[in-house]
Amino acid sequence: MEEEKQFEPKIAAFVCNWCTYTGADLAGTSRLKYSADIKMIRVPCTGRIDPVFLIKAFEKGADGVLISGCHPNDCHYNTGNFHARRRWILFRQLLDFVGIDSSRVHFSWVSASEGKKFVDVVTEVVNKVKEKGPFTRYAKINKEFVIHE
Amino acid sequence: MNELRAKAKELLTNGTVKVVIGYIESTTPDRTKPFIARTAEDAEKLVFNKYCVNNLALYLTRKEFRRTGVVGIVAKGCDVKAIVQLIQENQVNKDDVYIIGMNCNGVVSELGQDFSAETIATKCLNCSVRTPLLYHTLLGTLEDLPKREDKNFVLMQKLDAMSAGERWDFWEDEFERCVKCYACRQACPLCYCERCIADKTVPRWIESSAHTRGNFSWNIIRAFHLAGRCIGCNECERACPAEIPLSLLNRKMGMVAKKEFDFVAGMGLDTPTLVGTYNLNDNEDFIK
Repeated sequence: MEEEKQFEPKIAAFVCNWCTYTGADLAGTSRLKYSADIKMIRVPCTGRIDPVFLIKAFEKGADGVLISGCHPNDCHYNTGNFHARRRWILFRQLLDFVGIDSSRVHFSWVSASEGKKFVDVVTEVVNKVKEKGPFTRYAKINKEFVIHE
Repeated sequence: MNELRAKAKELLTNGTVKVVIGYIESTTPDRTKPFIARTAEDAEKLVFNKYCVNNLALYLTRKEFRRTGVVGIVAKGCDVKAIVQLIQENQVNKDDVYIIGMNCNGVVSELGQDFSAETIATKCLNCSVRTPLLYHTLLGTLEDLPKREDKNFVLMQKLDAMSAGERWDFWEDEFERCVKCYACRQACPLCYCERCIADKTVPRWIESSAHTRGNFSWNIIRAFHLAGRCIGCNECERACPAEIPLSLLNRKMGMVAKKEFDFVAGMGLDTPTLVGTYNLNDNEDFIK
């Protein structure tokens, strides 16, 4: 009998250095367990996250993306997350319009003291992406075009 | 037309402007091309008609005009929106431009065809700025516009009703044809970056070869960089040799900006830019 292979999603998480990354650190030092499907990428601020990062993540085979940063009014640089939020409102709908389901892209505010919330968010995101299944659109294109980098 | 020539001549002779950017007749009467009038004689060649499709605001950010002094420009309502947006983004000094506003009776969608209800450009169908919002001189008279169905909008509604996967398939078919000539970028008055993200190589975010993967990222990022900035002149779509309906992307972003922020680009000198500012009360129901 063949063992059914369980789908392990690849999720790229862009997290801000000052809040969510530190929050994830706290989760670690508090010995809280979260899924290893999350691949964390630390950026200085959510405002640093260019939408092109998300596209790159999907191109490279991500099934989902998590973006997380400081709560509003908590930004280390005061306004970075406000600017980012406005961009995401626009970008999410653009992604939807070109056919990249925006429900694969998750957003959250997690502060440095919210280790527990970080674990909850990661668990939820992993479950939701598992539900959606693998993102095959780019995989199909990637197969058609062999690109040497 | 005579009043345009007379005005341009007057401006050039009395030194109000150094040059007038306008249109002249091209190979046939139903084609025009951009022209830079520097003398009163040059001004005699200027024309304005239904075949003046180019958005001349494109030239205002060119290096050669940065230090020219006051630049006169023949502008339709939509072109003035681009100029307003450029002023808003501090790319053009308000005092360095003299706008010869033209009351516009619609333009053709492509050069080389007669003007009729069939061939009127999509952007003209629901135009709200037939008389420019901002001008130093206003010329021309308004006539009734021919009417036709807005096919672009019908297609948009069809796309909106589709699932994400179906939309991807639609755009895959379209973007497949993109040859990465960047004509859309060159024709856009608001794509003025000295160094475009598509030209950056370390790291290379947008793959330069013309295959569907890189085409997706290029076209998505192009549309995003114009979100809340595109004024809908549709020059990108007209310039596109692969006939990709780029205006759909821009129009979608325009609709989102309108819906979410009640914002329309290029409509006033006193409204700040959309992505350059933020509001504490922006919608965040999608953020956990």
